[in-house]
Amino acid sequence: MNEARASELSTARPLVVIEGLAVSFGRQHVLRDIDLTVNQGQTLAIIGESGCGKTVLLKTVIGLIRPTQGSVRFDDREMSALPEDELARQRIRFGFVFQNAALFDSLTVGQNVAFPLRQHGRFTQQELKQKVTSRLAAVGLPDGVLGKKPAELSGGMRKRVGLARALVMDPELVLYDEPTTGLDPIMSDVINELMLRTARENPVTSVIVTHDMRTAAKVADRVVMMMPLSRIAAGEPQVIFDGTPQELNAFDDSRVQQFVRGEAGERLMEMRTSGGLALETEE
Amino acid sequence: MTHESTTYRHSPFRDWVADWGAAVIDSIMWLGDFGLFCGRILWWMTRRRPKRDTLLPSFYQVGVLSLPVVALTGTFIGMVLAVQSYWQFRQLGLETRLGAVINMSLVRELGPVLAATMLAGRVGSSMAAELGTMRVTEQIDALSSMGTNPIHYLVVPRVLACLLLIPALTVMADFMGAVGGYFYAVTILGIDMHHYWYNSKQFVGNYDMFSGLVKSLFFGIAIATIGCYRGFHCTPGAEGVGRASTAAFVYSFVMILVLDLVIGILLNAIYLAIWPEGARLF
Repeated sequence: MNEARASELSTARPLVVIEGLAVSFGRQHVLRDIDLTVNQGQTLAIIGESGCGKTVLLKTVIGLIRPTQGSVRFDDREMSALPEDELARQRIRFGFVFQNAALFDSLTVGQNVAFPLRQHGRFTQQELKQKVTSRLAAVGLPDGVLGKKPAELSGGMRKRVGLARALVMDPELVLYDEPTTGLDPIMSDVINELMLRTARENPVTSVIVTHDMRTAAKVADRVVMMMPLSRIAAGEPQVIFDGTPQELNAFDDSRVQQFVRGEAGERLMEMRTSGGLALETEE
Repeated sequence: MTHESTTYRHSPFRDWVADWGAAVIDSIMWLGDFGLFCGRILWWMTRRRPKRDTLLPSFYQVGVLSLPVVALTGTFIGMVLAVQSYWQFRQLGLETRLGAVINMSLVRELGPVLAATMLAGRVGSSMAAELGTMRVTEQIDALSSMGTNPIHYLVVPRVLACLLLIPALTVMADFMGAVGGYFYAVTILGIDMHHYWYNSKQFVGNYDMFSGLVKSLFFGIAIATIGCYRGFHCTPGAEGVGRASTAAFVYSFVMILVLDLVIGILLNAIYLAIWPEGARLF
């Protein structure tokens, strides 16, 4: 990140403000006391091991999950307090890229990408087709996929269609849920490049939930690392790191460094005590 | 108060009470949640009309694709009624009254219940499976994230299709049942055709037809709301989808029978209140 971009981001106004957020499902507590601000134009990567509540946090931002405590404000509007109609209007300003793309399997690729346009705009068939093909071309997909059903596509193609659908309404905030999970390294890099290009070419704010360190390092301006509640002490904050990708690499915390380097750490001990088979053979 | 005073020792009785308590609380929560779900459907139904391209597939699925199976089962149930009633009526020398019994049973009870049961099996459980799959693959979340209300987009067309088309399916079941009953009674059992129809006309009135159709409307709403609710609240995985689909049919079927009884009693009371002399017919 260059100096000019860094100063531009530090003076930008906050778009998403999360204060004292807690989310529980019955007796299962997932998030506790989360305070986070995302500035306009920022690309934030939220990293952390599976089950730490990254996706729940993302879904709480868009109002798909209601906070148990605390608040999520988007552009100075409290999301959980909005009436259904207003919430729907605000959501048009979001783009959400789901982990498994979540394409409507009863619709074709073209109909999937055109879906938000049909729902919220008045376009002729010609205009729709032109917008859809240009969006698909921007993610590197040819016109030939327009008539295909999502089941006929590969995982990488589905992700790219999901990205095209999320961006077709020119959103102000794009939320990515594990965009590179399950993809080969080349396709992961294609998705990383697409996210980078989206952030550069449009005045867009991005929040990327990932456990892929290459994505965090390549695409993000800022990285936040979360821990599962089961792995931290009662009074300890759930967000254990908040800084730039460069600061992350130099951060002096064994949990952060283990995650960055992809090391099992104390988990090896847990597996030993529970008699893990792989380790028995290893020894 | 000491800590010891609030800890309880396990006993089979306490466990039994706790289990029943949990079951009662769960049922109340389920009812409340289902009530809210129905309230949201009603709100969205009155607020905005669904688009044609979401209505047509639901109408096609419920109306057109259910028609053959409803017609077929209707025909057979008409014939079965003729087979089962014939010997009893013959012993009393009342076999020409068979038309009245068959057609009255069909129009008031069997036609609506049969059409609804077929719809619950064919459409209700498929709604639960389809919406359940959409829930577990995050397609419902995707709809919400794009500013489209999933109740308005997915549920309202299905409820409207069931509500508006189940009377047509009931009429089809009634009609094919009457044809089946007539065919067996007149062609196979040799009952006089004139007397068969004359007795049918004497006993089966417009109110019988009306009461069957009114019941079917309630059955249609129950099938669609239960199917969609089960789909929306599907637990993850293939097992969750399977369970949602089965539960949709079982709950719908039980609800059809409960509604059949309750609405039947109410409609009879209304009939007697409007035409007190009609009591002689019962």
